[in-house]
Amino acid sequence: MVEGVHQLERAAAGDPRLTGVRRIAIVPAYNEEECIARVIDEIRAFDRELEIVVVDDGSRDRTAAVAEAQGAHVVRLPFNLGIGGAVQTGFRYAFEHGFKLAVRIDGDGQHDPSQLGLLLEPVLAGEADIVVGSRFLSKNGYQSSRPRRAGITILANVISLLVGRRVTDPTSGFQALNRHAIALFAADYPHDIPEVEAVLLLHKHKLRMAEVQVEMRERAGGRSSIGALFAVYYMVKVLLALFVGLFRKNVTPLEE
Amino acid sequence: MTPLVVSIVAAIASVVLLLVVLELIRSRRLRERYALLWLATGAVLLVLSAWRSGLNTIAGWVGVTGYPPAVLFAVATLFILLVLLDYSTVISKLSDQNTLLAQRLALLEQRLSERASR
Repeated sequence: MVEGVHQLERAAAGDPRLTGVRRIAIVPAYNEEECIARVIDEIRAFDRELEIVVVDDGSRDRTAAVAEAQGAHVVRLPFNLGIGGAVQTGFRYAFEHGFKLAVRIDGDGQHDPSQLGLLLEPVLAGEADIVVGSRFLSKNGYQSSRPRRAGITILANVISLLVGRRVTDPTSGFQALNRHAIALFAADYPHDIPEVEAVLLLHKHKLRMAEVQVEMRERAGGRSSIGALFAVYYMVKVLLALFVGLFRKNVTPLEE
Repeated sequence: MTPLVVSIVAAIASVVLLLVVLELIRSRRLRERYALLWLATGAVLLVLSAWRSGLNTIAGWVGVTGYPPAVLFAVATLFILLVLLDYSTVISKLSDQNTLLAQRLALLEQRLSERASR
């Protein structure tokens, strides 16, 4: 488990290991016309060569138009699929266009692109197939509301038990992936609160996952799509999916 | 008083329902979101079958003192109604999405063929 050690080491845009490596940022966005432009700018500020695909999940506002104006690739879904469907669309795009590295930055501004170096380091060092930015590896920074933290802690404990490793932030979408992980998620990605089930999926396909400590921000614009009552419903659904998922047969990841 | 046979048969049936639904989820033929109501149905029926004194009490509340297992029928029917209602809304949404996909696809093909014939 590669936690802790890499908190201080981070990849940088000029890193020689990145030379010639086609990489892309997947930015799922739903009604984020207010902050999508800034998210795109921040990603560019981190690395000019990091291509950007904004997956517009059936937004009713001008998210797609704004993203196009900023020069990002934009994929417009005909209707809302939810975060799982939208992010998987991004993975399919990444796979089909031959990208070797992908990162996910949510269009609502919660993920801070300047910290991408922390996420990329273990992947570039060949130590993990996927790196997840965890808010809870150590105890600082924006910690999210109390009921949400309680829910996340429960899920973290359950997931840690199921995969036999310590997982601290199973709901974090702030991730960096190599080609293996891209191929897996392009073929098979869960639909609701996908990040949690995805941890189990990675484990079943024997892909290596690492967590690094990151700070996340409050949502810059727009509204959260999960209300308090739905949170309970989602918890039940996720727990069910996890336990049943243990016994599932694996789907084959996309082949080259 | 509920005959013991009825309780046993109902309990077994409930367990079978639960197992079938879980297997359908496991083999990816049923998504969790649509299975939740079925699992709730199976769970509630299982509890009512196994908890014989509870079943009799509830039967008393609704005036079914003659044959308490009638409550099992009523509960099962109620849950089935809920499932059907839920599925009706799901089908409606899928219809709308289907229409939208058909339209977008047709327009896309039109654009492609127009481009090809230029």
